[in-house]
Amino acid sequence: MTHDKDRLLSFYHRMLMIRQFEERVKMMFLEGIMPGTIHQCQGQEASAVGVCFALNEKDVITSTHRPHGHAIARGLSVESLMHELFGKSTGCCKAKGGSMHVGDLDQGMVPAIAIVAGNIPLATGIALSYKMRREPHVAVSFMGDGAINEGAFHEAVNMGAIWKLPVLYVIENNRYAASTSIEKMTALDKLSDRAAGYGIPGVTIDGNDVEAVYEATQAALAGARAGDGPTLLELETYRITGHSRRDPCNYQPPEERELAVKREPLGRFTGKLLEAGLATQAELDEIAAAVETEIDAAVESAKAAPEPLPEDALEDVFA
Amino acid sequence: MPEKSSIAEALREGLREEMSRDKDVFCLGEDIAVPGGFGGAFTVTLGLEEQFRERMIDTPIAENGFFGVACGAAIMGMRPVADVQYSDFLLLAMDQIISNMAKMRYMSGGKIRVPVVMRAPVGATGRGAQHAQNPESLFMNVPGIKIVCPSTAYDAKGLLKAAIRDDNPVLMFEHKLLYGSKGARAESDAVDGSSEIPAEDYLVPIGSGIVRRQGTDVTIIGTLLMMHHAMTAAKRLADAGISAEVIDPRSLVPFDYELLVASVEKTGRLIIVQEGPRTGGFAAEIAAEVSERAADYLLAPVCRVASPDIPPPFAPPMENFYRPDPDNIVQAARRLVEG
Repeated sequence: MTHDKDRLLSFYHRMLMIRQFEERVKMMFLEGIMPGTIHQCQGQEASAVGVCFALNEKDVITSTHRPHGHAIARGLSVESLMHELFGKSTGCCKAKGGSMHVGDLDQGMVPAIAIVAGNIPLATGIALSYKMRREPHVAVSFMGDGAINEGAFHEAVNMGAIWKLPVLYVIENNRYAASTSIEKMTALDKLSDRAAGYGIPGVTIDGNDVEAVYEATQAALAGARAGDGPTLLELETYRITGHSRRDPCNYQPPEERELAVKREPLGRFTGKLLEAGLATQAELDEIAAAVETEIDAAVESAKAAPEPLPEDALEDVFA
Repeated sequence: MPEKSSIAEALREGLREEMSRDKDVFCLGEDIAVPGGFGGAFTVTLGLEEQFRERMIDTPIAENGFFGVACGAAIMGMRPVADVQYSDFLLLAMDQIISNMAKMRYMSGGKIRVPVVMRAPVGATGRGAQHAQNPESLFMNVPGIKIVCPSTAYDAKGLLKAAIRDDNPVLMFEHKLLYGSKGARAESDAVDGSSEIPAEDYLVPIGSGIVRRQGTDVTIIGTLLMMHHAMTAAKRLADAGISAEVIDPRSLVPFDYELLVASVEKTGRLIIVQEGPRTGGFAAEIAAEVSERAADYLLAPVCRVASPDIPPPFAPPMENFYRPDPDNIVQAARRLVEG
């Protein structure tokens, strides 16, 4: 199935925005001009964009310690994210979140939860609120492959299933929980087979094919909105950057990594757009230039924004 | 004269009133709403499912999961009341309570509210080491959670209603020996926590303590069952010519230091009674704060009457040794006053 050109170009624009945002951030971390630590998602842009572009405005996502891509895909501005990463009060969480907690509920993203699997029960609870209030929205929980072995995954998915909640559980299977390969952590070939244990549908697709992700998400959302309950959607992908900022990925076999780089979503999608005549190089160049301009502006304004006052730390504990 | 209500009944009516008033209020927990079941471990929710079928949610045995569910629903503006059968089970939900409920508002830069209430029974009550702890002190070290500890039915209802209307996570500890549960869930050795309950709507403000008994020689502060033991001790001390003031803080977070310090400035002596291990307990925290704020008024060192640093034991003689009682309090007061 093909989508109209505007949608395809919007996929491209947002995936490129994520990639370039992450590359710029990585560079600035390595230069030492950004505080904190980072967990990045280069290579996983299609899962973020394919899922989030299928959502309605009022749907809400919960994310992980690797949240930049989800935030950009959900529509948070790179400016608000860059300010947050730079620790400025003008950031999306007033510099009280940082890289691992970016989010903005007004834009459909709970501040990201950096305890692995800790965000999954939140999505179940958000979906419970939709069901109790008879609202037509869906909650989406992103998680990595490492999260499926946490108890919180089991407890949350089970409750989503027994109460037939409008929730979508999305595993971004990038094959590594930090440095440990998935084969060492589960006997399953397909992580979506876990779904059978909860009596819900499980679907595994190529998570580097943004159109396939979009369509699979649409199908799962339609079921959720119709009252059919959750789907466990496994998106097979690969992280072509380190787990965190200075990780050289020595645990990834070179041949596996080379293959993964060939399969990474942005290059594949670019090739498809050009080969199928869906976009010209000039059009893509124009999008790329706009992305660079936006990121440049975000970096400059973030650098220029004032530091928070130390005593600002005392605010926002209680409502 | 209206009939007295037990704490279990008062909590039940508090839930009923708040659920009637606000359709966003709902309860979730294990065995709380099963027709023919228990109404929770101590009958608090008994029968509420008949009136609020869709808002009384029986959960699987999955504390971390359903506390996270409560947090997620609260983020969206619902007002969940999450019920654990024993406060010991809070330990299974620590990640959701501490990492998500307590920190969500802060991490969001003050945008998100988490109006969730957690109800948790405490107390050494013949159940051995894993169904009898008093974990209040653990949670006092977690910024972002309010903690209330009602010792009477009046306060239980008023604090519960205030907690449900509060926009923050509120953890309510309830004592198993004070509930006044009936039937199969009744406790032996129960202590009367019943009160007359006004017909009209009322709240007990969170963070506001109360003087239960006026005195001039020594201040005794305790929560839950320990407040009742402090009152018993104060009556016996009066017979011995010692005038004890008894303060029930009712909330541990925020703590009414204004009330306590004013009392200590009057009496010059303070005993803090705490069921639960002595080391790192809330009594130590109160002692430190009062020592800083009222140093010039203290006639004697602040004194803790607390459990030894052991798990709650099972056998009644050992359990009674573990749990502070009026004798312990009387002895401490006499030591302080008579030297």
